Amino acid sequence: MSKGAGNKRTGVFVPAVSVTAGPVLEISGLTVSVRGEDGERPVVSDLSLTLARGETLCIAGESGSGKSMTALAIMQLLPQPAARIESGTIRLRDIDRGGIDLAGLDERRMRRIRGDRIAMIFQEPMTSLNPVLSIGRQLVESIEAHTDLSRADARRRAIEALKAVRIPEAESRLKQFPHELSGGMRQRVMIAMALALKPDVLIADEPTTALDVTVQGEVLELLRDLQREHGTSVILITHDMGVVAEMADRVVIMRHGRMVEEGTAADIFARPQADYTRELLAAVPRIGTGVGRQKSAEQKSVEAEMPGSVAVVNDLHVHFDLRGGFFGQVNRRVHAVEGISFSIAPHETLALVGESGCGKSTTAKALAGLVPYYGDIVIGGRNLAGLGRDQRKAVRRDVQMIFQDPYASLDPRMRVGDLVAEPLLIHGIASKEERSQLVAALFERVGLSADQMELYPHEFSGGQRQRICIARALALKPKLIIADESVSALDVSVQARVLDLLKELQREFGIAYLFISHDMAVVENISDRVAVMYLGQIVEMGTRDQVFSNPRHPYTKRLIEAVPVPDPARRRPRFARLDQEIPSPTRKIGEEPPKLALKDLGNGHLVAVS
Amino acid sequence: MIAYLGRRVIQSLLILLGVSLITFALLYLLPADPVRQIAGRSATPETVENIRRQLGLDQPFFIQYWHYLTSLLSGDLGRSYIQRSEVTELIVSRLPASLLLMVGAILCELVIGLTMGLLAAVRRGTATDQTLMVASFVGVSAPQFVVGLLLLYVFAVRLGWFPIGGYGTWRHLVLPSLTMGILGAGWYARMMRSSMIDVLRQDYMRTARAKGLARGAIIFRHALPNAILPVIAMIGIDIGIFMGGIVVVESVFGWPGIGQLAWQAIQRVDIPIIMGVTLVSAFAIVLGNLLADTVAPFIDPRIKLR
Repeated sequence: MSKGAGNKRTGVFVPAVSVTAGPVLEISGLTVSVRGEDGERPVVSDLSLTLARGETLCIAGESGSGKSMTALAIMQLLPQPAARIESGTIRLRDIDRGGIDLAGLDERRMRRIRGDRIAMIFQEPMTSLNPVLSIGRQLVESIEAHTDLSRADARRRAIEALKAVRIPEAESRLKQFPHELSGGMRQRVMIAMALALKPDVLIADEPTTALDVTVQGEVLELLRDLQREHGTSVILITHDMGVVAEMADRVVIMRHGRMVEEGTAADIFARPQADYTRELLAAVPRIGTGVGRQKSAEQKSVEAEMPGSVAVVNDLHVHFDLRGGFFGQVNRRVHAVEGISFSIAPHETLALVGESGCGKSTTAKALAGLVPYYGDIVIGGRNLAGLGRDQRKAVRRDVQMIFQDPYASLDPRMRVGDLVAEPLLIHGIASKEERSQLVAALFERVGLSADQMELYPHEFSGGQRQRICIARALALKPKLIIADESVSALDVSVQARVLDLLKELQREFGIAYLFISHDMAVVENISDRVAVMYLGQIVEMGTRDQVFSNPRHPYTKRLIEAVPVPDPARRRPRFARLDQEIPSPTRKIGEEPPKLALKDLGNGHLVAVS
Repeated sequence: MIAYLGRRVIQSLLILLGVSLITFALLYLLPADPVRQIAGRSATPETVENIRRQLGLDQPFFIQYWHYLTSLLSGDLGRSYIQRSEVTELIVSRLPASLLLMVGAILCELVIGLTMGLLAAVRRGTATDQTLMVASFVGVSAPQFVVGLLLLYVFAVRLGWFPIGGYGTWRHLVLPSLTMGILGAGWYARMMRSSMIDVLRQDYMRTARAKGLARGAIIFRHALPNAILPVIAMIGIDIGIFMGGIVVVESVFGWPGIGQLAWQAIQRVDIPIIMGVTLVSAFAIVLGNLLADTVAPFIDPRIKLR
């Protein structure tokens, strides 16, 4: 196998477990097809690969590459009745004896393999556990399904499994229900469930994609440790080349259902052979490669209230009241945004970063007028607080929004041309003919063609849809566009092109962006200034260089450290684990959260001091 | 939980107050004169006025309503105009029969409806599914008096398996329960099927299969509790529908419940009985809904009573 050779050549990469006794899983000539409206078409074509004992094989690729279908085919969990294995074998090998072909196994015998010899964890920890059954019940039942252990022994085993995934107070957790745990905790429970029976193979399908970056770091670390302890073979499916670099012994790159390239992690990253692999790696955003922007640091240190700012936000608060008690009175309050201030200049991109629940999207919504707030929002020199309904509507023309999910943010029953024309219609701008000319021009500008205006959203790909959303946001020639996780749902190659488009549009029209993202690498590539949010407050703000090259707040440091580096030669050191979870922004009435004071370290680099 | 129940009880009392006011007003505005019914056609105007005064029906509307409410608070539903006995006694003597019928009907609904829905969802797209859905459609659309008469004809008259009418043994209970239950069973089958299909698509069902659980555990432990929630909320509403159906079904089968009592009272404008039966029905509906809402958190831990 090329693995050893790869190690000798690079000299940096040492596999966790020495690979022994040949492959545990052999897939050869696997073809999976799905029946759709236009007949049956293959989603995995003629795939052959082997998984050695104790190794981590990453299957990487963009959406539609067939990586998840491969995993489901191994488990015989392909969506029924549409998908089926057309040809090929999936051989699960025993150490001493031969093996069995899973592709030809009946449901009853396959059931004994699932969970016992091959276990799987899924992308969505929030929905992958049954909401009406306790954690304990769900763990115990999977142990009982494959062993003869008594209920008490199974329970003991379940507690061990929870301890193994480092869940504190494992015993009392058994009584809890999934909704009482955070996403990271739920994914740990999934891992505990999968590893409780010490399977030969663990298939992890995008296990950290839905998690915050710091939680992702912890979960990956955990997976690696457990694999080392048990010698489990892991198939890790991911779109994130950073995760691949961090985890993989060997890598398989897939595209359109076919294997494009296979090799050791070191080889794939250092010497990619296929063009597609090279493109994929080139498109991956990396921290520390943010291309020089057109403005210098001095220009960018805009002071608050500086004349000419597109938007100034001063001491913004957004609270959501929770009701309870006998008469349903307000007794608790979510302090979603707790006194933040910033300003955005024309031509400038301010990035708002932070993890789920930190208040970054709520800030965006307040700015776009979608939630009630306290404090001042000044747009184009006019404070929204003092304005009437119509005036406010006029001011709001200058602020447009692009949302995260390009599938959900376009009305499926409207033609895309009408969707882009709608803002013009709402604000009563231009005649019908002028509108359609304007829309045609916008379509051309964002890289679509004017004849596509008559089509419906479902006829476009994710990237194209996001271009339509951008065209819609541009229609009113806004001064500020709020991009709320606008590229997070896109594949990296598409993401890179959409980011380029956003930069071009900024150069051309001088638009300012408020760019909201959890992805530090993307932020580093697009932003001029960065504000880091934590629990509704800004903990650090400064130019991109200040924040990324000289992060001062511990939370900022942690966020940057947590990003997996897409280079196996530069695997980061062990990621420090936090034992407690991020505290909740919900507080009792009358109990005010501690207010952070920002200190200027020079040149507008603000850091919270406590 | 206690705060929640307290609030719901207060709400319920307000609803009952509203129901009593509206029913009382409707009966007051009714063109039929109860006094004429009691006095008979040959009575002199003096006799009629006498009876009217005796019953307090010569008083203004709000005074009448006030009297009714105050005696209601002491548990007195008044005296029947025709039957010359306490309404409370009449209702109490009839209630067990109606409750029995209702329990029988709910059991029929749940057993038939949930089984059909579950089977149809699991066998989705097959001939079984289609047959069951056609059957449920028939159940939903067939009027109760038609179903009742049809069941009577086939199972009582032709086959002689069950008595034609009356009250007493479990055999008497079967046909009326079925008649009342078939309508709801049709609804439940359709609800259960769509709810179940929705649940079967969820990620956690894939997890359950990936764990290697047996098919029975997957369906009954993982899918059923999730799918049954909307059905439980429906049972509360159903009790209201039953109260309407009970009048028809009790008449068809000669079942001595409050439905029959109400039917007789309506024909003779016996206001105290109509009021009493209406209030008892409203109480049953309110209680049914309250029960359904209180049970939900025991099935789904995400639901909190506030």
